[in-house]
Amino acid sequence: MRGNAEAHELIAPGSLETVLALLAEAPGEWTPIAGGTELMVAHAAGRLNAAKLVSLWGIPDLRSIEKATEALRIGACVPFCDLRRDETVAADFPLLAEAASWIGAIANQSRATVGGNLVNGSPAADSSPALLVYDAELELISVRGTRVIPYAQFHSGYKKNVLESDELVAAIRLPRRFARHRQYLRKVGTRRAMAIAKVALAGTALLESGVVKEIRLAAASLAPFPTRLPKTEAVLVGEPVTDALIASARETLLAEGQPIDDIRSTASYRKGVGANLLEEFLRCLQREGAEG
Amino acid sequence: MSAHAKTRIVGAPVHRKEGVDKLMGRARYVDDMEREGMWHGATVRSTIPRGLICSIEFDRRIDWSEFAVVTAADIPGHNHIHLIFADQPCLADGKVNHCDEAIVLLAHPDKHKVREAVGAVKIEYEPLPPVFTMEESERQKVVVWGANNLLKSFSLEKGDVESAWASAARIVEGEYRTGAQEHLYIENNGMIAEYSAGTGVTVWGSLQCPFYVHKSLMAIFDLPEDKVRVIQTETGGAFGGKEDYPSTIGAHAALLAMKSGHPVKLVYDRMEDLAATTKRHPSRIRHRTAVDASGKLLAMDIDLATDGGAYSTLSSTVLSRATLHAPGPYVCPNVRVRSHAWATNTVPYGAFRGFGAPQAIFAIERHMDEIAAAIGMDPVDLRRRNFLHDGDTTATEQVMREPVILDHLLDRALAESNYSAKRREFARENKTNPVKRGMGIAAFYHGSGFTGSGERYLNSLAGIDVTAEDKVRVLVSSTEFGQGTNTILTQIAAEALGVEYEDVEMAPPDTGVVPNSGPTVASRTSMVVGGLIERACKQLVATLQQGAGLGESFAREAFFAACVRLRRAKGEVVSLCRYEAPPGIFWDDKKYRGEAYPAFAWSIQVAQVAVDTVTYSAEVEEFWAVQEVGRVLNPVLAGGQIEGGIAQGIGYALYEKVLLQNGHMANNQMTNYIMPTAEDVPPIHATFVEIPFVHGAYGAKGIGELPHDGPAPAILNAIRDAVGVSFTSIPLLPEDLFARLAVRAPVEETVTI
Amino acid sequence: MSATWPTIELAVNGETRRVQAAPMKRLLDVLREDLGLTGAKEGCGEGECGSCSVRMNGELVNSCLVPVLQAQGACVETVEGLAQDGELHPLQEAFLHCGGAQCGICTPGMLMAATQLLAQNPHPTIAEVREGLAGNLCRCTGFKRIFDSVLSAATQTTEPAHKAAHAR
Repeated sequence: MRGNAEAHELIAPGSLETVLALLAEAPGEWTPIAGGTELMVAHAAGRLNAAKLVSLWGIPDLRSIEKATEALRIGACVPFCDLRRDETVAADFPLLAEAASWIGAIANQSRATVGGNLVNGSPAADSSPALLVYDAELELISVRGTRVIPYAQFHSGYKKNVLESDELVAAIRLPRRFARHRQYLRKVGTRRAMAIAKVALAGTALLESGVVKEIRLAAASLAPFPTRLPKTEAVLVGEPVTDALIASARETLLAEGQPIDDIRSTASYRKGVGANLLEEFLRCLQREGAEG
Repeated sequence: MSAHAKTRIVGAPVHRKEGVDKLMGRARYVDDMEREGMWHGATVRSTIPRGLICSIEFDRRIDWSEFAVVTAADIPGHNHIHLIFADQPCLADGKVNHCDEAIVLLAHPDKHKVREAVGAVKIEYEPLPPVFTMEESERQKVVVWGANNLLKSFSLEKGDVESAWASAARIVEGEYRTGAQEHLYIENNGMIAEYSAGTGVTVWGSLQCPFYVHKSLMAIFDLPEDKVRVIQTETGGAFGGKEDYPSTIGAHAALLAMKSGHPVKLVYDRMEDLAATTKRHPSRIRHRTAVDASGKLLAMDIDLATDGGAYSTLSSTVLSRATLHAPGPYVCPNVRVRSHAWATNTVPYGAFRGFGAPQAIFAIERHMDEIAAAIGMDPVDLRRRNFLHDGDTTATEQVMREPVILDHLLDRALAESNYSAKRREFARENKTNPVKRGMGIAAFYHGSGFTGSGERYLNSLAGIDVTAEDKVRVLVSSTEFGQGTNTILTQIAAEALGVEYEDVEMAPPDTGVVPNSGPTVASRTSMVVGGLIERACKQLVATLQQGAGLGESFAREAFFAACVRLRRAKGEVVSLCRYEAPPGIFWDDKKYRGEAYPAFAWSIQVAQVAVDTVTYSAEVEEFWAVQEVGRVLNPVLAGGQIEGGIAQGIGYALYEKVLLQNGHMANNQMTNYIMPTAEDVPPIHATFVEIPFVHGAYGAKGIGELPHDGPAPAILNAIRDAVGVSFTSIPLLPEDLFARLAVRAPVEETVTI
Repeated sequence: MSATWPTIELAVNGETRRVQAAPMKRLLDVLREDLGLTGAKEGCGEGECGSCSVRMNGELVNSCLVPVLQAQGACVETVEGLAQDGELHPLQEAFLHCGGAQCGICTPGMLMAATQLLAQNPHPTIAEVREGLAGNLCRCTGFKRIFDSVLSAATQTTEPAHKAAHAR
């Protein structure tokens, strides 16, 4: 334990309004902490720079899953164990339920929150690819009100995002319109559990008579932050899935991905395997196109 | 295989002696302990791999009068860690030879303050050119240790290899490399020390070898043996990683205790433990082998190099065991092994389960598959063609006097794993399946106990006493760190004395209480120390029968009654035995010839592996191990040793990479040093074939290290079977598979002439 | 300084305990230092090894990652609370019998993870056992005898988690 608990202030106001007022009063002074699976690691390593922290854990407004006909609204502080157990998530957003099961292991899933996963902004974030291909939107809240942005516009650089200093992510909204889409998600980690993604790929696609009507692709660890792959998507839309198209999509992904070498993997592996994952998804689509 | 003597307790799955304490959470590990007035220690370490220390500055914003500060100048005796040679300083003095070398020690009553103060000690260096690889070290352009960087070398010769090349049908060459491996015991290294001018030094801590620490502290403090006391606390895993390092951290804690006048606790966190403590030696092993047309080995020329790190520590003995295991369990008339341990500017490599054998066995067992491929022979048949049998001689010309049943073990392993049918099935499925499966085997021995004359030099003493409360106590310095010492030695004593398992307890592992039964290493505890306990017990029974009226056959109550009579007559009931080498043992240290080990444990392992050509990850799907370890003293514990060793071996082969950057471990966190989890370790099937060993306790031989020797070659052989590509280096990560498989068609890499 | 720290009240193994502690102090340190419960161990300090696992409000947590302020009012269960009146918990019995503990350092956390698993899934498959224990690293056993222990405890009891989850 390299950090000193006595050097940090932590308060738990218990209500969203109080937290927002606090953030507004002294912008940038308070660091929100949810389940602590990221910040407490930094704390133990003596790398936690935040002097004043405000707890979001246990604020009821942030920990609910609301189900409307059109959309699911997931509170930012819903821990992944709740996402794994939720029947609607499992039925309508199976990729998100699966991603939730990838987070560390049970003791991490009980504390790590979906909002925390996004705000932390790791390029390898487990929930991000699934949220991106489901067209997730984020509710950003402050005393000034609520604004809604596409999640795809949230990250602005390595570990950077568009949150203002008085804002919190309040919820994630997922439109319930992917039931007919073919869905794909695969994570390639350092091991089967307690693993950080070396690369992960998610996809949702709508086929009509063997032609790609809609496709969304998103990756972890292929860029400084989790991202959609618009150039690769563009190659595929409106086309029948053929061997030539798959080869061309692979080439596009290899050019579009901008991964790095780090202590967990290499850029060339990440790209190569990312292309293989894409091919695996497209081959499924190809088979289905052929069948129906 | 063979019937053994009927026993009541030996061979039974009795419960782990200290099991209930561990399961209740009341076992006391060093970090669970406090001493009155205790301070906390921390270590200031080198940030460069090699250089001269120009100055040590203490930031004036800190009130250093609150701290105890220790440098090399404070050491009352010799500034070195006593092991084999005296080259490693306890604290760097004037120069550093690796990153994370200890330079200054701090202690303070507040553990956060002492942690923060580490960053306030500024050390200026004049850097010197470092050496990071064996290749740089052996070129000797930069000399970083001794006259030529050579920590140790051995040469072993049988017959004349040069005579064999000309007549060979085939000569097969290969180079094999193994990486460093971290023990990753879940309890980090830690010690608590006290010092007083009157009683000297006392340390409590997580350790394997109390008398190693004891001897080292005597030299550092210049104290006689009765002024140094070392007590092992419950130890949360060791695997060799707490063989030599505790001498260093124990000395550091004791120096701080002396300087501060308080008990001092020095417990590493994971990052410090990973960065600063020992790992398994990396190796590079080259084989050149001559075979005849039938696959018979004609000559083996082996060049073996290890990276020892910055100081000699245990590199010479690790190299010795690697040398002696390098030719594998085969008969060959002409063998040459030339081996060298080279110094580099990294944290010294040290003991780790297998102690050089896993490296050597990786090379020979991978190479056997390459030979088989080169001559178009099945790898199983090639091994069978060359196995050692009773009466054969090894490369050191040791005659195999005990039964050697490799053929039988192989038959069992092939049958249990359904090896042949699976290979056929996989060959068929692999044509269309993106997941390629394969089967691989490894055959090997592991020498039990110290090498050559080692056990004679150790001269171990062990025994039992019987207390006034009718408790038998086992008196050994052999320690428990999960492998089962407490349970096994208790079983042996209870069996030999005719009392119950519950009547026997372990004396505290305290150098002030127990005799020196040698270090708890080298798969020697059951066989050697257990043997001493068995003898000491039988000696006591004889004494009681001769002088205390104990009958020829007796009940438990009669035994204790006789002990009461003996205590009345003699004042105590104690029986100690000293090691005696089995008869006919000869070892020539100079020529490396003779009886290398008193006994060998034998094993065949089979791995079933799946390589996913989408992700290039290789996973072990199932694993079989058939072994002959003499008599199995406790089947539950023995099975646990085999399974745990295999899991660690799987990590060694496919997951665990020590990533050094400028000589510092860059991935020194559990999130980045990847060991297999509960989801990664496959089903493991361990089968024992028992042939009691005449000179071991109730027939036992060594077991603990054996299982770690085989997984890496078995797995890489299975990968070769699956994808047709030969890999020669571990750890073999998906990135390495990708680099070879993603680009090309399979290329035959082995050089054949 | 410490006089100004808030009082945290939590129920540990069914007993109400109050501590004054810095709010960012880790639950692990509060258990070990303030409450003298040294069963939970620190293996990594970063939520990777699971040796500090305890149950909090019926969920498994790594106590090294929980600031104690967030445990205010919580029900915490540690290894020390498993045995009742000197009787080993069925899981402890099974670990003893099957050889599920070797060096013992991961054991307290492993037992809590197993307790959590059986509380939610009294009759797990081997795959579910593997997943349930995947956050608890054991370097000694190769896990096999731990799986055997958990499966054996599951078959021996109709209600394996005799200390039921404190579900919210």
